[in-house]
Amino acid sequence: MATITVKINGEEHEVEQGMTVLQACEKAGVEVPRFCYHERLSIAGNCRMCLVEVKPGPPKPAASCALPVAPNQEIFTDTEMVHKARNGVMEFLLINHPLDCPICDQGGECDLQDQAMAYGRSGSRYDENKRAVKDKYMGPLINTIMTRCIHCTRCVRFVAEVAGVEEIGLLNRGENAEISSLEKAVDSELSANVIDLCPVGALTSKPYAFEARPWELKKTESIDVMDAVGSNIRIDTRGNEVMRVLPRLNEDVNEEWISDKSRYACDGLRRQRLDRPYVRGEDGKLKPASWPDAMTAIAKAASGLKGTEIAAISGDQACAESVYSLKKLMTALGSPNTDCRQDGAKLDSGVRAGYLFNTTIAGIEQADALLIVGANLRWEAPIINARIRKRWLHGNLKVASVGPAVQTTYDVDQLGAGPETLKELADGKHAFAEVLKNAERPMLIVGPGAVAREDGAAVLAAAKKIADMCGLIKDDWNGFNVLHTAAGRVGALDLGFTPEEGGADVAGIVADAKGGKIKLVYLLGADEMDLTAVKESGAFVVYQGHHGDAGAHAADVILPGAAYTEKNGTFVNTEGRVQLARRANFPPGEAKDDWAILRALSETLGKPLPWIDFDGLRQSMRGEFPHLARIDDAEAATWADFGAAGPMDSAPFQSPIENFYMTDPISRASETMAECTQVFVLDRQEKGTGTNG
Amino acid sequence: MTAENFEFTGKHRAEAERAIAKYPQGRQQSAVLALLFEAQEQNHANGHYVTEAAMRKISDMLDMPYIRVMEVASFFTQINLEPVGEFHIQLCGTTPCMLRGAEDIRAAIESKLGIHAGQTTQDRKFTLTEVECLGACCNAPMVQINDDYFEDLTPAIMTDLIDRLAKGDAVTPGPQNGRMCSEPEGGPQTLQSGPAPQVKN
Repeated sequence: MATITVKINGEEHEVEQGMTVLQACEKAGVEVPRFCYHERLSIAGNCRMCLVEVKPGPPKPAASCALPVAPNQEIFTDTEMVHKARNGVMEFLLINHPLDCPICDQGGECDLQDQAMAYGRSGSRYDENKRAVKDKYMGPLINTIMTRCIHCTRCVRFVAEVAGVEEIGLLNRGENAEISSLEKAVDSELSANVIDLCPVGALTSKPYAFEARPWELKKTESIDVMDAVGSNIRIDTRGNEVMRVLPRLNEDVNEEWISDKSRYACDGLRRQRLDRPYVRGEDGKLKPASWPDAMTAIAKAASGLKGTEIAAISGDQACAESVYSLKKLMTALGSPNTDCRQDGAKLDSGVRAGYLFNTTIAGIEQADALLIVGANLRWEAPIINARIRKRWLHGNLKVASVGPAVQTTYDVDQLGAGPETLKELADGKHAFAEVLKNAERPMLIVGPGAVAREDGAAVLAAAKKIADMCGLIKDDWNGFNVLHTAAGRVGALDLGFTPEEGGADVAGIVADAKGGKIKLVYLLGADEMDLTAVKESGAFVVYQGHHGDAGAHAADVILPGAAYTEKNGTFVNTEGRVQLARRANFPPGEAKDDWAILRALSETLGKPLPWIDFDGLRQSMRGEFPHLARIDDAEAATWADFGAAGPMDSAPFQSPIENFYMTDPISRASETMAECTQVFVLDRQEKGTGTNG
Repeated sequence: MTAENFEFTGKHRAEAERAIAKYPQGRQQSAVLALLFEAQEQNHANGHYVTEAAMRKISDMLDMPYIRVMEVASFFTQINLEPVGEFHIQLCGTTPCMLRGAEDIRAAIESKLGIHAGQTTQDRKFTLTEVECLGACCNAPMVQINDDYFEDLTPAIMTDLIDRLAKGDAVTPGPQNGRMCSEPEGGPQTLQSGPAPQVKN
């Protein structure tokens, strides 16, 4: 893009043509205060805080957020006129803004508070009555104190543009203007981002109301594990308690948004926790035990067992380090029965391109045709869904779907419900195959609902056939994508946590346990499978995890581990991007780091793992899998053959997620998520509207 | 607000369709104000306001979210969201009218009808609303009653107007002090002699 020269406060700067004056100032490192302007939303120009003086131009201040730069423009941000203008705007904004900072949750992180300090007057000249506005209901997550609202309309623009549900608006006008969702809960998986966007304390967090002040909190930069997107988050803790989770900027992954589940499931970290080991007694009841007792009980159960009689299943939120430890332990014990695909997804760990979101999330913005196979993106990966909507809003993106007919935030051509349509596409008989062929950068997303079924390998092969036939794979473009919902899945597949030669997969392990061929099952945070069958099989079950969920109920020995905020760990997201989660607080009670539990267990079982500390483990893992050392990198995978062509069942694809707000032990234990479930899922089902309408 | 269904009928339907047809494909939302106005007209006998059902219908017809229709409807004082009386008195209270005695007019209406701005009489005959400038400043003070302007008011004229409306007598819109449009009171005052400026010689 052509660059032009402008003068900002007397200094010459090269800026891109088409930028606004505000953006140019930002690039030059000159601060311009603002409330309504937000770089990811459309320009509104209604707060007037960003006034600057521009020459040539009329002899009055100009709103820099809505003014394009022009060649040889002179911009001043530090003149008498600008100071006076900002001062005046601030005085007007404060006329109707209550002076309730001491009881406001935004206090300490409030744009209005900060800018009033920097640009405002020291006192007020206003003697009249201030206006008061009735608070609105916006759902279980968003708290409203509407008297504080300064009508920047960021929330209105966010839900309309990014979230794609037009449910918030600015009603009335002038002094009577009010933000409202017409007393409806804002029905979006991204709704709580308006809390971050609100520059004042009008929209604040309901579950976090009056919990803490920002300066009391310790901030830890980490990674979210509620889905496989790997959203970058900041965990705010006070003492040993996680108070809240906020998004962290990462242009390649989540931009600056996170889903409501990522943000609010954290209160589940305080409930239903396993804080000490348990061993099932003679009477069939779980009894508290000491660590040595629990270890001895496992050693006793494992003694005399052949390797093939032992199996291990890793869960959806397991970090790469613990999966690697478990794999090494199973190898040492001689067990080929390891699997990480609790849902039975027919993904092969051999070919990396066959289970990654190869296009990358940022790559979506270049796509011009998209076929979704068996996915409900709004629930399986809201952040990816938002990225597709962003691309769709730019125009010229054709989206089609084979799978469940679900609500989307962009126009989707519903081609069919199941494998029959997919077969038509793979045979080139369907019209949309032509669209993909003619597209420059075509994309295909295979959702978990398409591969987590008996004929998953055949579905995958059909999708691959479409990819090869329609030119989805080019020199600089890989349009084939597998979407995961489990944060630990790609890491575990990278580490080869799948059955070895002659080993059993999850279904096989359950069957063999029933048949008596497998006598010990080790569950590393595995809660999302048929655990009653495992429990009833008579095999000895060890559960290592952090919540008293399905896995713990099935267990004979429970080893309390750490949740994602309580440990350092490596997570690989659905793109194959390696990211580090960092410890923000400590596991409760006697619970321990997962890697340490496995190291101790290996000692007890007489097969000590060859490291004595976490660094040693990491070094060993990175030595064997060098890509896990390349942090924040999503390495491109080589295209190869995968899947197994074969007959497909005609049953339609179904998303595995029935309730977005409860998909893992943490969110199932969360009160906030329970409330969301009631409002957004159960109430809707009763009324028969919403997603099934 | 009622939850029953709403359909445009008769001439209102034709007018709504004409309004939508004015805009190019994909820009039908531009017709929202015209449709709100028609819906209100169609509902004239029934309180002269736009019902929720009507707004939902309009949002369907124009393929726009309900909240966007609501935003437009609530922005304009011309669109009533609550039923109004048979005679809707919209009193201009903006500066020129205020300087010429709009507050006295309001006091006259209030004492005559026993209602304040935003209220309707018990018999549902009259509603009083205070609105911003209606653009008849040269004939201030003034009110709009339903579709007509009544200008150059005094408290006595206003009270008399209300009496006649209540009885069902005919009233004449326009200036109430006998002058024509906004010509000077008592006939032309300037350019009485000499050639008219637009006539050469």
